[in-house]
Amino acid sequence: MSDVMHDFELYQPASMADALELLDDHGKNAWIVAGGKDSLDWFKDRVMTPPVLVDISGIAELQGIREEADGGLWLGAMTTLTEIAESDLVTAKFPALAEAAGRVASPQIRNVGTLGGNLAQDTRCFYYRDGFPCYRAGGNTCYANTPTAMNREHTLFEASRCVAVTPSDTAPAAVALEAEMVIRNEDGERTVKAEDFFVSPDIDITRMTVLEPGDILIGVRLPGKWAGSSQYFEKVADRNVWDFALVNVAMAAKLEGGRISDARIACGAVQCTPRRLTDVEDLIKGETPDEELETLVARVASSGAKPLNYNHFKVPLMANLAKRAVRSLA
Amino acid sequence: MSYRLIGKDFTPPDLEAKVTGTARFSEDFRADGMAFIRILSSPMPHAQVKDIDLSKAERVPGFLAALTPEEVKQPAPPGQPILSAEPAYVGQPVIAIAAETEQAAEDAIAAVDVELEPLAFCVDPLESLKPGGPNATLGGNISGRGIDYQEVKWTGRDFAVAGDERLPMGNPVVEWNFGDIDKAFSEAAVVVEESIVHASNAHHAMEPRSAAAYWENGKCHVWGSTQSTAFAQPSLATLIGIPPSDLVFFAEFCGGGFGGKAASYPLMALPALMSKKLGGRPCLIRVSRAEEYYNGYARAGFQAWAKMGFRSDGRLIAADVYVVQDLGSTSGFWDFNNVGSATTIVFQPENMRFRAVPVLTNTVPKGAQRGPGENQTANMFEPLLDKAARELGIDRLAIRTINAPGGGGKDAKYGKDQGSVTSAYLREALEKGAERFRWAERAARSGERNGSKVRAVGIGQAYHSAGSNGFDGLVRITPDGVLHIHTGVGNLGTFSYASTSRVSAEVLGYDWDRCVIERGGTARSIPWNLGQFGSNTNFTMTRTNWVAATDAKNKLLAIGAMEMGGEPEDYDLADEHVVARADGSKRMSFADCASKAMALGGGYDGHEVPEEINPLTKAAVAAIAGTGLIGVAKDTLPKDGTVPALAAGFIEIELDLETGKWEILDYVGVADCGTVIHPQGVAAQVRGGAVMGFGLATSERHVYDPAYGRPGARGLYQAKPKTYLDVPVQMGWDAVDEPDPQNPIGAKGIGEPLEGAASSALICAISEALGGHIFNRTPVVTDMIVNVAAGRPQSHKPLQTNCE
Repeated sequence: MSDVMHDFELYQPASMADALELLDDHGKNAWIVAGGKDSLDWFKDRVMTPPVLVDISGIAELQGIREEADGGLWLGAMTTLTEIAESDLVTAKFPALAEAAGRVASPQIRNVGTLGGNLAQDTRCFYYRDGFPCYRAGGNTCYANTPTAMNREHTLFEASRCVAVTPSDTAPAAVALEAEMVIRNEDGERTVKAEDFFVSPDIDITRMTVLEPGDILIGVRLPGKWAGSSQYFEKVADRNVWDFALVNVAMAAKLEGGRISDARIACGAVQCTPRRLTDVEDLIKGETPDEELETLVARVASSGAKPLNYNHFKVPLMANLAKRAVRSLA
Repeated sequence: MSYRLIGKDFTPPDLEAKVTGTARFSEDFRADGMAFIRILSSPMPHAQVKDIDLSKAERVPGFLAALTPEEVKQPAPPGQPILSAEPAYVGQPVIAIAAETEQAAEDAIAAVDVELEPLAFCVDPLESLKPGGPNATLGGNISGRGIDYQEVKWTGRDFAVAGDERLPMGNPVVEWNFGDIDKAFSEAAVVVEESIVHASNAHHAMEPRSAAAYWENGKCHVWGSTQSTAFAQPSLATLIGIPPSDLVFFAEFCGGGFGGKAASYPLMALPALMSKKLGGRPCLIRVSRAEEYYNGYARAGFQAWAKMGFRSDGRLIAADVYVVQDLGSTSGFWDFNNVGSATTIVFQPENMRFRAVPVLTNTVPKGAQRGPGENQTANMFEPLLDKAARELGIDRLAIRTINAPGGGGKDAKYGKDQGSVTSAYLREALEKGAERFRWAERAARSGERNGSKVRAVGIGQAYHSAGSNGFDGLVRITPDGVLHIHTGVGNLGTFSYASTSRVSAEVLGYDWDRCVIERGGTARSIPWNLGQFGSNTNFTMTRTNWVAATDAKNKLLAIGAMEMGGEPEDYDLADEHVVARADGSKRMSFADCASKAMALGGGYDGHEVPEEINPLTKAAVAAIAGTGLIGVAKDTLPKDGTVPALAAGFIEIELDLETGKWEILDYVGVADCGTVIHPQGVAAQVRGGAVMGFGLATSERHVYDPAYGRPGARGLYQAKPKTYLDVPVQMGWDAVDEPDPQNPIGAKGIGEPLEGAASSALICAISEALGGHIFNRTPVVTDMIVNVAAGRPQSHKPLQTNCE
């Protein structure tokens, strides 16, 4: 709670080449700042004190939205959440992402916060954020998963030592829309499916994404496959502004002759990564959306959940949100 | 009564600065050579400082000085010291360091080696009351206003008998009663009995409690963020260790306080003490949002039990109340007492017993927060009225109107002594609100389903004492004829410093654009006024401004008679002139009267003052003596009885059973605040109180990890006050607008109960939407609603507090 940032070197490259060179030079000592909405809290609290900051907000290549040949979209990582929420292109083709971006934090934060930052942000576990030496912070215990811990906002699934959840609203939309994350470093560029972009603690407990030192998430490609499909996004949080999801849901679906021919659905805030509801997807494909299907969806959506001390409410909430997503297809 | 200014809207003189951003707050103060202070705060909920090693900190470039606990005055425990060697909550300041820059100060703080010995701690009052339970401070676990600092433990039997569902009720430290509750309960048609938890929550003032200070010519100059000006002066001087006359205090703007900055507080004195150590060099402590959560104040929570017995017509004939208050780590505030008094005035029980135990915990210090105790009362007990109404088969409005004090309050009873009130129109507020809200029509459709959504209505009521007396007023007419109204009340943001000042202009017949409000610091020659807290300003300061203006009026009339012949009674005031009643052409301007007053001297221009006024008022008058005609007086107007501000709130919501989310479709708040002196001010209080109340009702709470004692709510996104996008854009407001007979213009306080009325109305509406489910816990958070709608148990234990 110091509120006074540590000393650091600040670099503001104007090109990708310069940015990548800086990241390469400084390795693990470098921290990428985009909108800064996640980073500055860490620095002010002096929980994270990287000696080098690379501010990528001045790199034009990372900005903007454009159509792709397959009918999809390219979204620069530095595109603000407001720009995404208000984009005619995104709204027309991928309304689930537009709605998700429009429900992040507050209007002020969305004006500065970026898509890349929202996708790559760290978890909001209050123990971890408070500087507890937990597994995720390099320690050897989880303070949020004790018999008396406060863990209302923590995991239902896939806990592996750490019980923190993904706080992102755009992440489940990216997974549902089969987004591809384009990452560049000094060695070149690679594309990672959204589903693989987010890292669960059993793979690496100290980070939330595949991004490694030297990597820059330069943009998100939304394939044309789901453009213009039936989509749904809903977030439940205590407040309508500046609050992280208790549970959120994103869905993309196609209907043929009144039946669901294809669908992808994912929930956020229920495990460390966006959780694809494959049981729901398997259930609804080929089905006609109706009340009976909703009941069945609710039955399977949160099946297998392992609630902690204070979060079993997420079980019905997750089921209800999946049900509402499917209901939207009726 | 017809007034020229009272009851009319106007633009408060500080409004433009606030809207345009030119207002200067404490943190904005800068001076050449300023040093910056940062604090080392306790990472532990309870510890003893064993050793402090500053050697590395002193080597940080820019380091200037450090202050340690032994260098500052320590209050008798469990008071709140400026720096503590026995920190009793995470975030309590232990060491302060000043440096050339804030960065250097923070770097030096990071270089301090402090050895802390952890001590037993507790974040749950009931845990502390258990046999062998931890004490939050070394000297005991019980404190509070009028209560000896002591250790109290209940017996194992007390807890075993209660079980997990019911509040254990060992020996109380406060107990009073009136009537015969056993007999009354035996005669009751319906008895409701519930154990209840009300969370603690932060104040969320927009402006953190930053402060700055320097010393010059033996005087200490301090910029502080406070709701009050004059009232803060003596206590701040005491914290600094100087007489009030040596303190020059600036408090022109305050970015909100909600009771948390009622007057001075320990942190405000820190820059002055550091500056003294640095030979008077200006020092600033900039308090961050996070620090405000860690070491600001908070509303006290309760673990409570209530049993209420009703007659078949809904009349409350017996109330039995027991509250365990979470005091925080200091002697805190007397919310517990206010639960008792609020219960008596709002519900008018014919027989009652009240018991309380205020318990120290290792949590943030608890200070007054808007309706301290009274608004928790509303949230805890209004749902019980609904439960009784349902069991009795009567309307939820009817059970309130039959109990609410009304008709002016002649029959109303207040407090344990069942004393009188100056006026009470809660029943009328309910009736007015019900009509405006169309209660009957909306209640008839309450419970209607639309898919997963349920429409529901609720009513809330609340109270706060709303007026004091015995303070001073001071006005001055300068030779240019301008009226200067000196006010020391403070500027919390309600604009009542201005609306109450207009009473002086009203008495003297001034146009408002010919008046100047002198305020914002002791250098403006301010009279001894009560602070701007406790919803008292309207009542208290209309009286002081009335008596001061009346004194000026008498002097004007005397000068008129002196100059134009006859007796003062032969003259009136009109258009800034003293005018002969018999001959309108015989007139003397106020400007000339002011010049004459200066020539006359003595009491006319402030060289002589009434003996009974406060020494601080005398000092203020001395500073302006000889600069015009002075009106100065102590408020000795009659006052007999408690002044109650009362409020009723009506709400309609639509609650989604699948998500636990609700939307407010309409809200109407009605104030019983006496004569409305500033309509926009009342409207702002109704709406602002409602927004604050909706957060209190449904999202704001303290969360502490019980194993580590560390707080979870330490930022706006974690502490969760409501935002504009959580509340309706439009909210209805009204006032009973019946004058209080013990105020010269009929005014009384407004602000505090308007929060409790709104919060309890919302809680009742949520309960109604869920078929009458009583949560017995505030706030009613999203997950609690989801669990009830899904038929699942709640995660928390029934009486668990400071938890999720």
